[in-house]
Amino acid sequence: MEHRAGIEWSAQTSYVARADFNALIDALLNHGYIVVGPTIRDGAIVFGEVQSDRDFPVGATDVQDGGKYRIGEHTAPTLFSFAASPHSLKTYLYPSRSLLYSAHGSSGNFAVDAPAPQTPARYAFIGVRSCDLHAMNLQDKVFLEGAYVDPGYKHRRENAFLIAVNCGKPAGTCFCVSMGTGPKAPPLFDLALTEICDDSGHYFVVECGSAQGSAILACVPHRPAEATELHAAQEVVRGAERAMGRKLDTTDIKELLYRNAESPRWEKVADRCLSCANCTMVCPTCFCSTVEDTTDLTGAHAERWRVWDSCFTIDFSHIHGGSVRKSGSSRYRHWITHKLASWQDQFGASGCVGCGRCVTWCPVGIDITEEIAILRQTETDHETLPEEQGNARD
Amino acid sequence: MNSPIADPMLPRPFRIQSVRKETTDTFTFELAHPEEGSQNGFEPGQFNMLYVFGVGEVAISISGDSAEPGKLIHTTRAVGTVTQAMARLKPGQVIGVRGPYGRGWPIDDMQGQDIVVVTGGIGLAPLRPLLYRVLANRGRFGRVVLLYGARTPNDILYKKELERWRGRFDMEVLITVDRSTGGWRGHVGVVTQLISGAPFDPYHATAFICGPEIMMKYSVDALTKRGLPSERVYVSMERNMKCAVGFCGHCQYGPKFVCKDGPVFPFTEVKRLLDIWEV
Ligand SMILES: Cc1cc2nc3c(=O)[nH]c(=O)nc-3n(C[C@H](O)[C@H](O)[C@H](O)COP(=O)(O)OP(=O)(O)OC[C@H]3O[C@@H](n4cnc5c(N)ncnc54)[C@H](O)[C@@H]3O)c2cc1C
Ligand code: SF4
Ligand code: SF4
Ligand code: FES
Repeated sequence: MEHRAGIEWSAQTSYVARADFNALIDALLNHGYIVVGPTIRDGAIVFGEVQSDRDFPVGATDVQDGGKYRIGEHTAPTLFSFAASPHSLKTYLYPSRSLLYSAHGSSGNFAVDAPAPQTPARYAFIGVRSCDLHAMNLQDKVFLEGAYVDPGYKHRRENAFLIAVNCGKPAGTCFCVSMGTGPKAPPLFDLALTEICDDSGHYFVVECGSAQGSAILACVPHRPAEATELHAAQEVVRGAERAMGRKLDTTDIKELLYRNAESPRWEKVADRCLSCANCTMVCPTCFCSTVEDTTDLTGAHAERWRVWDSCFTIDFSHIHGGSVRKSGSSRYRHWITHKLASWQDQFGASGCVGCGRCVTWCPVGIDITEEIAILRQTETDHETLPEEQGNARD
Repeated sequence: MNSPIADPMLPRPFRIQSVRKETTDTFTFELAHPEEGSQNGFEPGQFNMLYVFGVGEVAISISGDSAEPGKLIHTTRAVGTVTQAMARLKPGQVIGVRGPYGRGWPIDDMQGQDIVVVTGGIGLAPLRPLLYRVLANRGRFGRVVLLYGARTPNDILYKKELERWRGRFDMEVLITVDRSTGGWRGHVGVVTQLISGAPFDPYHATAFICGPEIMMKYSVDALTKRGLPSERVYVSMERNMKCAVGFCGHCQYGPKFVCKDGPVFPFTEVKRLLDIWEV
């Protein structure tokens, strides 16, 4: 996989004082957006509707590690000193349940009712991370760029206003640098903020990525950023690069996984894996779904729902005669191979953006970076063996 | 920006014109297009998603003649919830259809070749359109051989048609059953056993296979043993399918999506995968 060189900063950056942050939220609200930003709920920092900075996790941070997540206190009253949460854009752009259609009649004679073309909510997201923009870009490939387009996704995606935040404080499970997906946000945003809170003050360096972005920024007090302010912002990102909690060596990763389809390691992971599907639910790129059919009591009204599914369930691969992937080992292998290898064949990009969510939210702390490292190690161990034997025979 | 786009998950109701019982558990629907006079073109080997009201949707191959797309033909074996509900539908009733989907058999590229079809059970359904196409253009191909296996003589699909084809001088039909019953005088054994004695020139033949994975593997072994290179073998794969349009992820077979990259694959594209357990 190719590693992208650091993403360039916009030629024009602006300064917005922390004191004017609410003006940004107001501008979005005034433009008719439902504003979604980081909030604290059920012991985690997750996306929620926000009206003002009072709804933000001021001064909070997150502590993440394999199988562990807790909210901690940051050293400064920042708004964005935390990393990936169990939510991502996927939660909104590709809802976990959606009605495909309903039908009325009887089994012998029915008509299909397409869901009424509602005017779905227009969301503005504040605090979208680089990994999440990359993940959205990957879901675009599935739902928008193939032979068929998902109209619901298209609509939500086109109406989303995206305010990225360049990470300053990655978590222990982050490895976007390894995946070439961060911490600097790629230019898929309407606006991008870098938060600076130090002796010089508390402010945001803002980049504009679209005409809508400029229109919103125009409603917020701002001025061109000084060279020192831009420099401070760049230092925030460089600091994040150095603070990655984990790393994953992606050299020839596709070949590594394809070569190791029969590795004994899969059994070892399967011994720990609970097949709970947490990793796929929190993963911002996982796109799999199943369908549910329901009928009401009269039997005259039927509905088809699309719901998120996970390749960790037995039913996922069911065909007449039984599931194809019966063993936990084949299911874990399918998951990690899809993320890191087959995605590249399917969509020309890695299916993992290094957000670390699957590591954090795995109840037993199975770690995608560790599994790859072990697979590599097992290979090198095996490679030395035959040679030694060969020499012994000489 | 918001011009409405067609929702690829919406079925259209088709009326069932006729139901033919093929075997104890297998039946054939002929469906009429909801809009009079209009028709769905399809390629041999493609499939549709069929929706039974309130029950669910399944992938079923198109088994009719692509030269007569006005007649939409599906042969289904009732094995579970949806297919059993389908089996209860009667002429005049309605079923939801979306499609056609997938990549079919590349039969038009095989002019001048001997055509070898190896299949078992319901696997004949997606290959029948290929045979129709070949027989309609008989002069363009070399020898035509159909090797077909069924569980018992009563499970043989399209019996009348097979008898008719067996009577042709320009086609070879070899049939085997796993278990002989009644007055069966034919071959008993698995279909792969028919390959060694089948009349085709392995150096100028292309093979098309549809059946369980293990059967397809052994068929390719037997074909290559006769000298037919695996580069000239095509197989149709089966995986769970929920969408048929590349959204649901269920049909993944290694890096392939069976719904859009298949169901028909050049054998060489899936060879590596067929050798691995539980892909
Ligand atoms: C490309 C393709 C073409 C097919 N063509 C035919 C055909 O022409 N005739 C025919 O009889 N059958 C065909 N099948 C198989 C048919 O789709 C299954 O028999 C059917 O889905 C079983 O559904 P069920 O609800 O009756 O069974 P259940 O066992 O109750 O299945 C429950 C669910 O599992 C899934 N499922 C089960 N078996 C299969 C399977 N074999 N393939 C895919 N999904 C499955 C379905 O989503 C189904 O709704 C084809 C399958 C594929 C993938
Ligand atoms: S596989 Fe894990 S680290 Fe990679 S994108 Fe998904 S949740 Fe994030
Ligand atoms: S890893 Fe599993 S659930 Fe995620 S996209 Fe791939 S197949 Fe689907
Ligand atoms: S059947 Fe849904 S992706 Fe292929």
